[in-house]
Amino acid sequence: MSIGEPFSRIDGPIKVTGTARYTADLRAANMLYGVLVTASIPAGKVTGIDKGGAMLEAGVVRVLTHEDMPRARTPIAGPPFAHSFLPLQDDQIRHEGQVVALVLAESLEAAEAGARKVQVRYAPTKATMPVALAWPEIDRAAEPPRNTGYFFLEPEFSKGDAVHNLAKAPKTVATVYSQPSRHHNPMETSAVLALWEGDALTVYDSTQHVFAVQRGLAALFGIPPASVRVISQHTGGAFGVKGLIGAHEALAAQAARIAGRPVRIALSRANMYSFLGYQPRIVQKMGLGADEKGILTGITHDVVNLATVTDDYIEAATEASKALYATPTMWLRQRAERANVAMPTAMRAPGEGPGMWALESAMDELAVDLGMDPLDLRLANYAETDPATGAPWSSKKLRDAYEEGARLFGWRDRPRFPWRDGDWIVGQGMASCLMGTFRFPSRAQVRLRRDGSAVVETGTQDIGTGVLTIFPQIAADVLGIPVSAIEFKMGDTTLPEAGPTYGSSSTMGVGAAVLAAAQDVRNRLARMANLSPAEVCMADGRIGRTGAAESFSVADILERAGESEIVGTGSFDPTKHGAGYSMRTFGAIFVEVGVDPELGLLRLRRAVGSYSVGRIVNPRTARAQLLGGIVWGWGMAAMEQSAFEPSLGRFLSKNLAGVAIPVNADIPSDITVHFVDEVDEKASPIGGKGIGELGATGVAAAVANAVFHATGKRIRDLPITPEKLIA
Amino acid sequence: MDSFAYGRASGIEDALAEGSGPNTVFLAGGTELLNWLRLGIAKPERVIDLTQLTGLAEIARLPGGGLRIGALARLNDVALNDDVARGYPVLSQAILKSASAQLRNLATIGGNPFQKTRCGYFRAEEALPCNKRNPGSGCSALNGINDRHAIFGWNESCVATQPSDPATALVALDAIFVTVHREGERRIEATDFHILPGDTPHIENALRHGELIVGIELPAAAPHSAYLKLRERESYEYAVVSAAVALDLEGERISRARIALGSVALKPWRLTEAEHSLVGVSANDNAAIRKIIEGSFGEAKALTHSAYKITLAKNAAVRAVRLAARASP
Amino acid sequence: MEFRQHLTVVLRINGLDRQMRVDARTTLLDLLREHLALTGTKKGCNFGECGACTVHLNGRRVNSCLVLAASADGAEVTTIEGLAAAGKLHPVQQAFIDHDAFQCGFCTPGQVMSTVALIREGHTRSEAEIREWMSGNLCRCSSYPQIVAAVEAAIRVKEG
Repeated sequence: MSIGEPFSRIDGPIKVTGTARYTADLRAANMLYGVLVTASIPAGKVTGIDKGGAMLEAGVVRVLTHEDMPRARTPIAGPPFAHSFLPLQDDQIRHEGQVVALVLAESLEAAEAGARKVQVRYAPTKATMPVALAWPEIDRAAEPPRNTGYFFLEPEFSKGDAVHNLAKAPKTVATVYSQPSRHHNPMETSAVLALWEGDALTVYDSTQHVFAVQRGLAALFGIPPASVRVISQHTGGAFGVKGLIGAHEALAAQAARIAGRPVRIALSRANMYSFLGYQPRIVQKMGLGADEKGILTGITHDVVNLATVTDDYIEAATEASKALYATPTMWLRQRAERANVAMPTAMRAPGEGPGMWALESAMDELAVDLGMDPLDLRLANYAETDPATGAPWSSKKLRDAYEEGARLFGWRDRPRFPWRDGDWIVGQGMASCLMGTFRFPSRAQVRLRRDGSAVVETGTQDIGTGVLTIFPQIAADVLGIPVSAIEFKMGDTTLPEAGPTYGSSSTMGVGAAVLAAAQDVRNRLARMANLSPAEVCMADGRIGRTGAAESFSVADILERAGESEIVGTGSFDPTKHGAGYSMRTFGAIFVEVGVDPELGLLRLRRAVGSYSVGRIVNPRTARAQLLGGIVWGWGMAAMEQSAFEPSLGRFLSKNLAGVAIPVNADIPSDITVHFVDEVDEKASPIGGKGIGELGATGVAAAVANAVFHATGKRIRDLPITPEKLIA
Repeated sequence: MDSFAYGRASGIEDALAEGSGPNTVFLAGGTELLNWLRLGIAKPERVIDLTQLTGLAEIARLPGGGLRIGALARLNDVALNDDVARGYPVLSQAILKSASAQLRNLATIGGNPFQKTRCGYFRAEEALPCNKRNPGSGCSALNGINDRHAIFGWNESCVATQPSDPATALVALDAIFVTVHREGERRIEATDFHILPGDTPHIENALRHGELIVGIELPAAAPHSAYLKLRERESYEYAVVSAAVALDLEGERISRARIALGSVALKPWRLTEAEHSLVGVSANDNAAIRKIIEGSFGEAKALTHSAYKITLAKNAAVRAVRLAARASP
Repeated sequence: MEFRQHLTVVLRINGLDRQMRVDARTTLLDLLREHLALTGTKKGCNFGECGACTVHLNGRRVNSCLVLAASADGAEVTTIEGLAAAGKLHPVQQAFIDHDAFQCGFCTPGQVMSTVALIREGHTRSEAEIREWMSGNLCRCSSYPQIVAAVEAAIRVKEG
C-alpha cells in the first residue's frame, strides 16, 4: 500500500536545491521586463500620462497605457477574471492601486526606474470609503449583494423563526465580532511570462488554475483556447490570491503582443497589495438562543464584508452557522459594504474561517454564561444531520475528533483557573473547526510502460500542498509499482484538464481522476491477460487474480500484444458522487496561550488540532497542511491586519515590515495534529476530503477564548494586539 | 532605483573629501540605504561605499574603562563580542532584537542610528503627504493611522518615532558618537544625535553633510542593564515600545539609573526625572519604582490612537528596571 | 575616487570567479538571478523583510537584496546552487526533506542557507534559540515546526 504511507515529498530534492523553477525564474530569448505603474487616487479618471521621463531612462522600450492597449474581444465579466473589469481598457480609476501604465524595458533596473518616472495626471472624483468600524454604521452601509459572479450561495437563509426563538430564550448571546482586511502574502509574488508565436500564446504563470487562465486569455484575445498554452511548474504559495486571473496576467499577454517580444512581469510586493485580492474586513453580528441546559433554540448570523464599487465578493461566513450545530431555527444574512477599494477574493480559509471566529467565540460566551464546559456545550448541540437541510452527512466523526483532541490536550483535566508562569498568565481555550467541501471535475491519464514505469498526467498545479507526492502514491497503489517508478506531469494545459488548486479540492477531484485512470490501465491489462478486471490486483510489475498464486508479468503481456505502453484515462465528476449527502470537514482545536497583561503580549504555548477529514493519503503532507492552517489561525488571531487609510483610500503599508505575519519564533514545536480514523467514500472514491483550509478555522476563536480564560477580557475585534490586552 | 554613480572610498580622507559634495551619500551596511533608493526616499547622484575602509570595525577596551566600537563593526559582531555581552547587556540585547540575523550581518553599528522612522506614510512605495519625506506636504499620521506613533516630543509637523533599538541602548549608556568631517572631529553625546521634529522634521540628526561616525565610545561597563522590546510578533519586527535600562547598584539600592525609551519619539527618550528619583530606591521595591516612573511621564502626550503606548511605555520601563537589576554581571 | 554608473566587478560565486559589467544599481540578488541565471535565490520582497534571498557573503548569511553587486566586488558568495555538488545533497538539504520542512518550496533555498549558517554560528543550544535565529526567513506555508526539526536533525548529523 502506498496510500496512507508518510512518503517524503517527491519534489524534495528540487526544492531544497533551488532547482525547482518558479515563473520569475524563467526567461525567454529577447524578453522584456515589465513593471507596473498604479493609480495613487481611489476614484476618478486619468487625464494624461507623461511618458517622457520614463522613455529617457536608458533601456526603456515602451510605456503602455489605456490608449495603447487592445480592447478585450469578449467583455470581461466575472470569473475566471478576478474582477469584472480589466485595467488599461479605459481611463476610469475605480480603486487606488489600479494599474494605469506598464513600462517595458531591456533590464529590470531600467523598467523599475522608468516606472517611477511615469507622470500620471488625474481628475479625482469623490471616493466611497469604508465606514467606521461600528455595527450601526456598518449595518447602515450594508447592501444586498449583486451577483457579478463572485458569490456562490443564497445571501439569505432561514429555517423556522430564529428571531422569535432568540427573543424568548432564557439564555442569549448577542454580540458583534470583527476582523480587519488581511492579505495572503505568499512568499512568491505573482509572476507571468507571456510569449506569442504567430497567433499562439504561451504563458508561464504563477497560478492555482492553468485552465482558467487559458480560457480567460483566449476570450480576451478572441482566439480559441487551444491557441493558448498555460504552464505552471511550481507556484510559490497562493492561499487564494492566485486563483483567478489578475490584471498582470492579461497585461503581460497584451504587452507581449504589442511589443512583438516576450514579456515577463514579476509583481513587486507592493503590487500584491495594490491590485490583487485579499480577505476583506468582515463584521458579524451573532445571536445565539439557548435553554438553561445549553441546548440551542436558534442562531442568527448577520454578516457584512467590504466589497468594491463594481463587484460584490461575498465572504460566506454564515456557512459556519449553517452547518455546525443542531438548531431548530436559524436566520443567516450576507451583505456587502461597497467602497472604492481593490477587489477582495477567497483566502485561506474563506467563509468558515471568519464565520467560525464569530460562532465559536459566541459559543464560548454562552458556555461561560451557563457555567458549562465549552466542549460539553458543543457536544450537547452536536448535529447528527445537516442542520440546514436535514440531509445525512457523507461522513462525520467530529465527536471522535473532540474526544481524541481533548485527550491529547488534557482538556478534561485542565486547571479550572488560569495560572501564572513568571510574568505570564496562562489560559486555555478550544473551538470547533469546520470547512465546506468543494469538488471540481477533473481528468487524468496514466500510461504504464513495458519496463514497469508509469507516467501520470493531469493539468493540476503545485502550490505546495503535496499533490506532487500523493497523486503518484494513488497511482502506485493501483499499479503495484513503487512511487519512484512514476513520473508525474502536471501544470500544463496540454495535459488532461484538472480542476483548480483551491477550495481544498484536489485530493477528491484530481486524486479520484488519477485513481480512475490507474484503474483503467489495470482493467485494460486484465482484459489483455484474459482476467476479469473486477478480480485482479497488481504487485511487483505483475497482474493476477486477487488471492491466486498465478500472475503475469506486465512486460510479457505488453510484449505479446506488441504494445509499448497501456494508456488509461479517468475522470471525476462530482455530480456522480454523494448526491443527497451533505459534505463538510470537521475538527477541534485546543490552545494554550500566555498573556503578559502588563506588557500586552500574547504568545502561543501549545496546541492540539484533531480532525475528521476522511482518509489521509499521506500523513506527512497532510500534517503540514493542518499545521500550516493552525499557524494561519494564529496569525489571524494575534497579528495580521492590513491597515486601510481612508483619507488616502489605500492600504497604508504594502510590504512585509508594516504588516506582520507569523515568524518562526512565534510558533512552538508543541503542536499536535491528529486525524481520526475515517473513510468518506461518498465525497470521493479516494475516501478523503479536503484538508488545506480546515486547520485555519476555529483557531482565532480558540485563542480569544483562551485569552478570556487567562485574563477575563473578551476580545471581539481581531487581531488581539497589545493595545487591546492592556486596555 | 534611479541611476547613481558609485564610488569606493579608499580611505577616510578620500571619503570626507568627496562626501561633502552635493547629492552624495555614504553606504555602509546598506540595509536602509538600498530601500530608500528603491522607494525614492533618497535620490543621490553619488554613493560612496565605505565598506572597504579598514581599521573601522574593531572593538577595543579604552584605557580607564569603557569600550570603543568601530563604526563599521557589523551589528552581530558587536552583540556577540564578549566585552559587549558581559559589560553592556542592554546593548547586546538591543542589537539581537533589532533585526534578523541576516540583516545584523550587514548592518553596522555606526550606520544603525541613521535608520529612519517606520511610519507607514513615510515608508510608502510612493510619496504620500509627509513633511519628513517631502517638506511642506503635511503630516498624514497626525490625524490618520498613528497607533504606532509618538507619545513624546511630537508636534503637528511630524508624529513619527525613531525605531533604532541599538540607538536606544546607546542613549541609555551615555555613549559618545565620534565623528569626522572635513572641518574636523567631534564627539556627540548619543542623546544629542537624533533631533526632535521642530519645523524641519526632514532633518533627523545633528550631523553635518559629509560628516561620518567613525566610532562609538561606551563609558564604564553597565552589567546591570537590560533591553525590553515589545511587539506583537516575537521576532523580526519593529518595537511598539522598548525600554533600555542601566542601573548602578549598591547592594539592592539603586545608586544610578539610566532609562531610555525607544519608539516613543523621534529620538530615544530619557526619563531623566525618574532617573534622579530612583537613586536610593530598592531595586526590589516594585511599587516605588512604578510610582516614580509613572510620575515621570508628565510630558507624554497621546495622539488620537497612541494613548495605550503611554501605559505600555510605563509598564515596559518598570519591567526593564527589574530585568536590569536582576542581570548578573 | 572614481564614480561610475557602470563598473566591472569580480565575484567568486560558488567557487568560480565571475567577472561582470554591472549597473551600479544592480543588487547582488538581481545579479545572481538575472545576470547569472542562478535563480535558486528567490526574491520575496526586495526590502530585507522576508529572507528568501539569503546567501552567504564571505561566509556569513545576508539578504542579497540589500547588497549592491558593486559593493560585493571581490567577495566570495555561496548560493543554494553551490551548497553541494550537483546530484548530491548537503546534510541540511537532506534534513529538510526528511522532516518535511517545506511546502511550496519558494522560501526553502533561503531557509536552507540560513540553517547552514546558523549551525556554523552555533546558535542552536535550544529550540527557542533556533526559532529566534531562524526568524529572518518567513515561511507563509508555515512549516516552522518542521524547519526546527530539520535544523535539530542536521545538528545531530554534524555532531554524529
